[in-house]
Amino acid sequence: MNRPDGTRSSRRSLQVKFVPDEDVLKHIADDAGIKVRKDKAQLSVSMKKFVKKLENISDNEAQEILEEKNYVAALGVCAQDPVGNGSNISGGEVYSFQTPKRSSKMAELASELAQTPEQNVAPDHSKCPEKMAKTPQSSKMFLLMHVFSLLFQSKNKEFVSTTPYRLRKRLAAPDPYLESESEYSASCSEEEDEEDQKEVSTALSSQKTPGKTKAASTSPPRNSLAKKIKEQKMGNLVEEYFEAHSSSKVLTSDRTLQKLRKRRLNQQTLHDLLKKAPLAYAAEIRDLNQQHESLFSKWMLQLHLGFNIVLYGLGSKRDLLEKFRTSLLQDSVHLVVNGYFPSITVRSILNSITEEVLDHIGTFRSPLDQLEFIMKRFKEDSSLELYVLIHNLDSQMLRGERSQQILAQLSSLPSIYLIASIDHINAPLMWDQAKLSLYNWLWYETTTFSPYVEETSYENSLLVQQSGSLALSSLTHVLHSLTLNARGIFRLLAQHQLEKKDNPSYPGLSFQDFYQQCREAFLVNSDLTLRAQLTEFRDHKLIRTKRGADGVEYLLIPVDDSTLTDFLEKEDDDV
Amino acid sequence: FRSRSDDSEDTELRFVTCQSLWNQIKSETEQIQEDLNKQLLDNLVSFLSRSHSEFQAKTTEWTCRMKFREIPTAALVLGVNVTDHDLTFRGLSDVLQDNITPFIALLEAKDCAGIKNLMQKLMGQLMNCDVDVDSLEDEDCVQVSQNRIRCSMSSLISWYESVTKKTDSETPSKKRNSFSRHWQSPPVVVIFKDMESFTTKVLQDFIVISSQHIHELPLVLIFGIATSPMIIHRLLPHSVSSLLCIELFQSLSCKEHLSTIIDKLLLTSRFPFKLGEKVLQVLINIFLYHDFSVQNFIKGFQLCIVEHFYSQPLSVLCCQLVDVKKRVYSLSHDQCENIRRLPSFRRYVEKQEAGKQVALLTNDSFLKEEAEKLLEDLHVYHENYVSILRCLHVFTSSLPKYPLGKQIRELHCACLENRVWETEEYESSLQLARMLNKTDLVTMLQQCVEILRSSSGKEFDKTVEKLKEFLTQFQNLEAEASQERDVSVSSQKELQKKTDLYHLQKTLLELKESRRSKKLTKFEMLRFEVVDYIDSLVRKYLVPADDRTLHEIVYFNAATVLRGHLNAAPRTALHTALNNPHWYLKNQALKCDGGGISNKAPDICIVYKLHLECGRLINLVDWLEAFSTVVMAAEEPNADAASSDQVDDIIHARFIRAISEMELLGFIKPSKQKTDHVARLTWGGC
Repeated sequence: MNRPDGTRSSRRSLQVKFVPDEDVLKHIADDAGIKVRKDKAQLSVSMKKFVKKLENISDNEAQEILEEKNYVAALGVCAQDPVGNGSNISGGEVYSFQTPKRSSKMAELASELAQTPEQNVAPDHSKCPEKMAKTPQSSKMFLLMHVFSLLFQSKNKEFVSTTPYRLRKRLAAPDPYLESESEYSASCSEEEDEEDQKEVSTALSSQKTPGKTKAASTSPPRNSLAKKIKEQKMGNLVEEYFEAHSSSKVLTSDRTLQKLRKRRLNQQTLHDLLKKAPLAYAAEIRDLNQQHESLFSKWMLQLHLGFNIVLYGLGSKRDLLEKFRTSLLQDSVHLVVNGYFPSITVRSILNSITEEVLDHIGTFRSPLDQLEFIMKRFKEDSSLELYVLIHNLDSQMLRGERSQQILAQLSSLPSIYLIASIDHINAPLMWDQAKLSLYNWLWYETTTFSPYVEETSYENSLLVQQSGSLALSSLTHVLHSLTLNARGIFRLLAQHQLEKKDNPSYPGLSFQDFYQQCREAFLVNSDLTLRAQLTEFRDHKLIRTKRGADGVEYLLIPVDDSTLTDFLEKEDDDV
Repeated sequence: FRSRSDDSEDTELRFVTCQSLWNQIKSETEQIQEDLNKQLLDNLVSFLSRSHSEFQAKTTEWTCRMKFREIPTAALVLGVNVTDHDLTFRGLSDVLQDNITPFIALLEAKDCAGIKNLMQKLMGQLMNCDVDVDSLEDEDCVQVSQNRIRCSMSSLISWYESVTKKTDSETPSKKRNSFSRHWQSPPVVVIFKDMESFTTKVLQDFIVISSQHIHELPLVLIFGIATSPMIIHRLLPHSVSSLLCIELFQSLSCKEHLSTIIDKLLLTSRFPFKLGEKVLQVLINIFLYHDFSVQNFIKGFQLCIVEHFYSQPLSVLCCQLVDVKKRVYSLSHDQCENIRRLPSFRRYVEKQEAGKQVALLTNDSFLKEEAEKLLEDLHVYHENYVSILRCLHVFTSSLPKYPLGKQIRELHCACLENRVWETEEYESSLQLARMLNKTDLVTMLQQCVEILRSSSGKEFDKTVEKLKEFLTQFQNLEAEASQERDVSVSSQKELQKKTDLYHLQKTLLELKESRRSKKLTKFEMLRFEVVDYIDSLVRKYLVPADDRTLHEIVYFNAATVLRGHLNAAPRTALHTALNNPHWYLKNQALKCDGGGISNKAPDICIVYKLHLECGRLINLVDWLEAFSTVVMAAEEPNADAASSDQVDDIIHARFIRAISEMELLGFIKPSKQKTDHVARLTWGGC
């Protein structure tokens, strides 16, 4: 919306804004020898031709695009592969910039899907322009959108007559046609939502100038269309992106899960429930897997020839890799890295290599040193061979630049054979040219469609109640590194909390009471020591402090009761 | 332990052939690379020795001390193909080690986050390479590194002095040997592999510090630059860059590098293995559009070899001509059947007369003889092909607008793809060739003669003869041409005499008329003849390989496989899987047309489809409801009212699983903006 500022001050603002549109029409329509008429049928016919025309223009103007297409075509030679993905899908189609949908859209689609009798769903293309715009490629889509709005505008204009002056006059008066036009553009072009629409109509009915500016504000994208189609395409993309992200209001319903009477499931029940649900298309999935398994020996060969293998595609590749391991790697040294495990680090990978594979005891100052040591050892001893299997190389913990660098260097060793899987859609962005050449990947598409059972079990999913097994392990870990007294302090707090677990409005243990108890147990000797201890707990997020209404500090352990019970039992075992 | 799972035999042999072929090619490429880098390295070496000799002179002439605030520096412009640089640097440091100095430090940006790290790394490398020279000092060095004396320039200098002094004074014979190749006080070479990624501060500090000590320590810097030499001045302020005495070295561009590789590896009959047109196209495209990395090109080539030997059981015959005979005769019955199954062989059989057909299809030994003959033919074809291709390239590469491409690789692709003489480009290039002037034509002919002579093909004697004949004819023409020239000169003189416009016009018109009507000159006739002859050669020898019998044995043509492995599209795969599960799961229920999706699709597909309809934030409740609507509809027949509660729970669980999977795949993430909402992460979430 860069235009309004300039046009607002000028009296001839409307002329400024509409003339380019005429140009556009002339440019597009007259060339094709079509005169834009008033009746709708004609419009719809000519619209198609516009689109064609626009395509031509964009093709001519942007030779790079053409070349790119050529290139895609060249690379896409023989797309007919039974297993391979449909490489005829051009990039733009995959994750294109799409029109926002109103909140009801999803339900609409759902019901549509549900209604379809048995198998086929043919979306009704002519029903709504949005739908229509969804199917073509993204670049075309925008053109289409603008053609729509252009057409409607031109229709309006024809009605009014071509002189801008009169148009302005008519615009000044509340004009039903204009309103219909703005309404249309509201439903058609991306940025206009119902609210905008309202704005337009109120502005039109109330005042003269705001109406103008409002009308002007709808035109800039069209103006830019007239100037340079290609630029506009780019510019529009950018503009619309930021526009869409600038408004903080989101048009979704306000319903929450709480209102739903369903309880939150915990991990175990979820697991059980899923077990009950039959896996769909088991036979087909098995077929797919068998196809992939036939590649095992090829992988083995290629690994030995210095390549590393990365698997991609929808579905968990864990079982596949496991099978590979059990069938071919039983007799050789191998290391399995569960990348999806939330606390895995490169250091732990390196440690397991140095300690368990190389039998080296000792610590390293930095992962780089460790890496150097490993590389040296592997280079010295050519009989050493190691297979590294990494599930989810693109997991949260491993996707950092440094970890990838280290892993890449590791994999570049000729006697380390790496086979990894990736799932995230943006995973390939992790690697730059240098890393890619170190990794020396061979890509294999292994779409398995099997559910990511293990991989997602660690994600703190929104709908899953945390079982707290993680919290427990972190609790024990942190506490093991603390002094005996500190552990005692924590125990006291935990016990107290468990005693009060039936009280739903339990605020926590007040600091004073806690201090008293600690003193009685000979755990601390002063206020200050306890506070120091608590700070440490707080840093490790073991406790939470809350100030009550009376200004007293309350201490609380933010963990489930069951976890806490488990923890105490475990502690008792240790002691 | 390499279990090629093929049921056919010869796997062992195939593997051995594959390995030996690859090793051969590898050593060949290394050789090529070395040759290509030789020029650059020689230049660098001479530069280093020059800067070093200046340092030597300095010890006597203290007058030029001021000047020696400048550090001699070599800026090495290597191009954007970063991945190939390693090789160059390795070669460089080897050469330097041999010729100039044992003191070389290779620094990479990722090791040098600060000046401290840089110094540590530098000293570590220098002292290590010292260990190589002198094992006696080993303990000393270890001690030094253990103590971790402060890594400063002064300690470096004292170390340098001690090293050089020791070699001077102690002079044990061993050391003499090792140093005899070097000068008395060899320079210390510091190589910055990737100059662009160093932080400016570190570089500046290092340069300033070391320039302070340049009179004590003969330091030489080498910057590896990927972009342009301008970067030095952009990275370093004037005050710092003035401390450097920079000399620029340009390495060979990667495109030339590639052409040489293609020239030496593909356009030769030395290696039995050949790339098909599409495969070559894929490799070249990856090179040109993605990385400019020769290394990757070679890797792709290696993959082709492995893939070919792995997937084609008959590739056992893809070996040097000498071995072919032996191997053909040791073929088993199954392998013979394999040969019979080759489409090109079938075509060949169909062309033979009936009796031979039967013999070919039933008699193994007859088949073997025939196959051997055919393979020999194929080999001869290759030899001829390459030579004629080069000749044709000589002609086409100088034509305006390059209808058949500037590089020989383009021509090669065109020839492999289909009959080149049927293409429009070939037509137009012949047209253009018919308009060449004489000198060009003669030089081209001479070049062709050279090429054909040096080629190993035996059939070219006649061709060479013919071309030579053309050449002599051209020379004969010269005499006649001089006469003609006289005529034209005289006519021009006439023109000059006449001054009035009307007559000039008239004569010009006449001239034009006469030219049009005039019979072709002898030169033009000859030119046509030459071009026609070349054309006939092309038609005879540049038959696309697909037309040759048994081409499957030596040509690798599975471009899709290659592309899938090297230039994969994980996003597209995901997209297809989610949008069109039928592609993978061949189940009738999933089949659907248009952009729609069946309601029986896997859960994640349904969830994905639903989420496409949403904006930036997605309400989980709505999502769940929509999902259950779809799923319930799909399961309608067996859903009773009694168990609906349980069914509900199961759907809920399935929904949760699908959502978690979406999160794992990176389509959504939890959002705190609104309760029970998730944010869309892909484009379109606006």
